[in-house]
Amino acid sequence: MLDAAHGGDDPGGRFSSGQPEKAFTLALSVRLRSLLAARGIQVVTTRESDASVDPNRRAEIADHANAQACLSLHATESGSGIHLFASSLAPAEAVHFAAWKTAQAAWVTRSLALAGVLNSALLHADMTVTLGRTVLPALDSMTCPAIAVEIAPERGLDRKVTAALSDPGYQARVAEALAAALLEWRTEAGRAEAGQP
Amino acid sequence: MIPRYQTILFIVLLVASVAMGVVLWQLRERAHQRLVAGQDSAPTQAPEVAPAEQATLLVASDADNTLVAQDQSLPLPQDPGSRARVILGKLLDLYATPDAAHPVPGGASSIAQVFLLPALPLEVAGPPAADRLAFHVSESSDAHPTTLGSAAADFQTQDSQGQTPPQTGPQLAVVNLTGSFAASHPSGLETETLTVLSLCGTLHANLPRVTQVRFLVDGQPRSTLAGHADLTRTYLAAEAVPSEGTHP
Repeated sequence: MLDAAHGGDDPGGRFSSGQPEKAFTLALSVRLRSLLAARGIQVVTTRESDASVDPNRRAEIADHANAQACLSLHATESGSGIHLFASSLAPAEAVHFAAWKTAQAAWVTRSLALAGVLNSALLHADMTVTLGRTVLPALDSMTCPAIAVEIAPERGLDRKVTAALSDPGYQARVAEALAAALLEWRTEAGRAEAGQP
Repeated sequence: MIPRYQTILFIVLLVASVAMGVVLWQLRERAHQRLVAGQDSAPTQAPEVAPAEQATLLVASDADNTLVAQDQSLPLPQDPGSRARVILGKLLDLYATPDAAHPVPGGASSIAQVFLLPALPLEVAGPPAADRLAFHVSESSDAHPTTLGSAAADFQTQDSQGQTPPQTGPQLAVVNLTGSFAASHPSGLETETLTVLSLCGTLHANLPRVTQVRFLVDGQPRSTLAGHADLTRTYLAAEAVPSEGTHP
């Protein structure tokens, strides 16, 4: 499940090039969907156009899809490389009727494992990666291994940008690395394992 | 020859004029006394400069998604709310410098107020284990090796030495940010999360009773800081959960 963050009347951040974050995430979602489809992976997206989607609706789409992996795509001009965020909820046992706002708690362990696979693939593609935990309403309500992926420009040691967000080559590298990671995740985990927290 | 009645009238008018002059003089003296008395009741003592104290700031770094504990010496007022505001203001001053590792414009004036209230029960504040913050505290050459827990312990020791008034019970800190700060904050998951974490962690490191933190912007609830970090929740600052580490 690919969730292109923001959209419609929520532009997200606005980059120095003038492009809104919502346009970047949608373009990345479309590109990644194509790459995954080419690898035989079925993809569900939260939006295919510049439309407003409520955070609860995003989580509903993810939960109904019973997805093996859920990625919420973001972008920023702050920091460097790829930021991977799992939910800050503490791991909890799966229950029949989970609280909506903390439904991800039963999946946090799997989400962290997915973050590890994404991290390995991105590092293999010579990208800078930072891992963290965050509070994101849509992510916290997803009942799937879920990670928020935030794309930032590549920077050198002197903090100067070496690959901007607008660089098509950089975008392609990120999408290829994410697609490779998801393919590995599917191979590694399998639907049966991913379906049970 | 002046008529008798005119002489009497002149004398009466003269006496009346002198009497009115005396009364006016007395009224003037009374007014002057009241003015002097009012000035005496005004505080004439010069304001004391608060002594410099050590404060622990958890300074964020965008490069590796970490919080670095830094000790700063700065004058701190005794009132806990004012104290919290000054400490958070110092933290935001660091972020406003041109070479900041976590650049955020605004500075100290971005903290409008900090209110300290008795902490809400967890059932009211939010589900247990929810909203728990993930801190990754690093050490640097100018930073003392500490975790949030040990920083809190340091301040507990200060309490026992009588440097701060004895206090009990957990507190909820309500941080009122200015609208201009939220409007100018860079948008992004990492940068917004780091700002929230560093504010919460710094509050707890210096005021150990603060276990919960809520945020307002211009006195009103706001959904996110700049599009990402959730500001509708009560953050549990007391529990320092190590993050999964960083990969610079």
